[in-house]
Amino acid sequence: MKILILGAILISAPAFAQGPGSYNPGSAPGLDLAGNWGPVFHEDAPERGPGPELVNFLGIPITDRARLAGLSYDASRFTVPEHQCEVHGVQYMYRGPMNLRIWEERDPVTQELIAVKQYIDNYEQTRTIWMDGRPHPSEYAPHTWMGFSTGQWEGNALTVTTTHIKRGWIRRNGLRSSDQAVLTEHFIRHENHLTHITILNDPDSLTEPFIRSQDFIPRSLNGQGWLYPCDAVVEIERPRGAVPHYLPGKNPFIGEFANRYKIPVEAALGGAETMYPEFQLKLKRRADAPAAQK
Amino acid sequence: MISKLQKGWATVAAGAALGCAGLVSLGRAQQGPSAPAELQMLPVQGNVYLLAGAGGNIAVQVGSQGTLVVDTGLANRSEQILASIHKLTPKPIQYIINTHVHADHTGGNDTLRKAGATYTGANVTANLTDVKLGAQVFSHDNVLQRMSAPSGKQALRAFGDWPTLTFFGDKKQMSFNGEPIEILHQPAAHTDGDSIVFFRRSDVIAAGDIFLTTTYPFIDLGRGGSIQGEINALNNIIDITVPLRQEEGGTYVIPGHGRIADRFEVVEYRDMVTIVRDRIRAGMKDGMTLDQIKAAHPTLDYDYRYGAQTGFSRPDAFVEAVYQSLAKSQ
Repeated sequence: MKILILGAILISAPAFAQGPGSYNPGSAPGLDLAGNWGPVFHEDAPERGPGPELVNFLGIPITDRARLAGLSYDASRFTVPEHQCEVHGVQYMYRGPMNLRIWEERDPVTQELIAVKQYIDNYEQTRTIWMDGRPHPSEYAPHTWMGFSTGQWEGNALTVTTTHIKRGWIRRNGLRSSDQAVLTEHFIRHENHLTHITILNDPDSLTEPFIRSQDFIPRSLNGQGWLYPCDAVVEIERPRGAVPHYLPGKNPFIGEFANRYKIPVEAALGGAETMYPEFQLKLKRRADAPAAQK
Repeated sequence: MISKLQKGWATVAAGAALGCAGLVSLGRAQQGPSAPAELQMLPVQGNVYLLAGAGGNIAVQVGSQGTLVVDTGLANRSEQILASIHKLTPKPIQYIINTHVHADHTGGNDTLRKAGATYTGANVTANLTDVKLGAQVFSHDNVLQRMSAPSGKQALRAFGDWPTLTFFGDKKQMSFNGEPIEILHQPAAHTDGDSIVFFRRSDVIAAGDIFLTTTYPFIDLGRGGSIQGEINALNNIIDITVPLRQEEGGTYVIPGHGRIADRFEVVEYRDMVTIVRDRIRAGMKDGMTLDQIKAAHPTLDYDYRYGAQTGFSRPDAFVEAVYQSLAKSQ
């Protein structure tokens, strides 16, 4: 065991020594994340590619409020011109296809690290993660798709806290986080593999932190973003100000996902309980109960 | 869920003055009572700033000619408001525009007006003793009607608070500090005297209480407000806001309360108000009574974010206002 631990340290040490912290006095050591990265879709591919089924909220710790909002959601809302060019916010955008370019912004004289910058081409978003200890802005400051981010190195992980985020997807079938959400991220580089972990806390939409991970490998897909630039047009003529939505109890798709996979609608409606294995046992016990009574 | 949240409301101190207590959302209320708000001056865009924390938001436009403010906050914050503006510019307030009649937006009219100045031209100012009128106060005429009273009757507001110049019709245009400014009347919305103020060069709109980022809108039925007018006004704002790109930035909107916003936030708010209106209208169509509609919680998905602890933006008060407004229009 001692040999294994020593081996791990020896492998890790050179990487730490070469990181920006080694020539950045006063900063904790970190790994250089700079470069072009492309996502690996070995996790959650059906959701991240074609997209989730309607009324598939399974495994997400949503509140009753978020569920009702999700059931009210009609995808036709995105035919309304003022919704067409909405960006996948920082709480969701790393799930999709993109080129992720990362670089550092340093003081030209002192070489102190000011910010880690990112450009996500599919959504034409430039993101700044401030590393200079500045505070988050006033509660009266505008919210943006990328929010306001500050970061710090925690060992070999860049930990980022983001506030001031616009409302956006938790899952792009009607589940949305509120503008009060706070996102915590860990960017962890292992040689040529970048793991990105997101922890979304939102007192409005979530009863528990919602944790996801994505992975990236070095790859330049520059210029292959296919979603933007976006130009909104009237796709369907409607009365002025019409907002497509389903009235409570009128969502026609409520059983579609559940029936296809032969699971109870209750499970499809999500909630923290549906994240845990005990929920399967609960459903099984319920299914077994009638048989036992016979 | 609602009952648990309502229990939470009861624990929140209702210390803030006037209607502002109701303008803290339910979600924030659960974080506990907050200290009295400090005034904050934030640059918005171009020549326009947001002065927040003095009751209703105040938009401040500064330039070589002088200072213009949209709304004047609470009366008891007037001195702090003036001090904040004087930190920004030494030039006097020449114009005040009121977006509507409520005291958290017009309470400082008298003090700010008196602290301001009207320049009437060299051939007049040197000769008349009454030229130091202070600033001019503009609003739609319905604001004056709501503040004043016919001769012999008691006015609701002191004379010093009244607008000095009012307009009828759909708009008044002016130019100040080299910027075209449009005061656009929004009929029967939050009240019957609402205006939004569009700073065309700075590309900023002061929306008054038609648009809030904090709570449900207060449909003041007693002062001529209506749910359809509120929705129309939100759509009017959406029509003249242009995002810079990807539904972000571009035209900025200063809400009556809350943070600086862009079109996306107004669209989200419009969607919310429209969806709630549609749900209540559907319930009425199905023959549901007001109590039955309230019991069905048609605002549940928005209550944490927009349900106020007290006052007119409580979820049930909002539902009732929408119901009464729809019933009136049928």
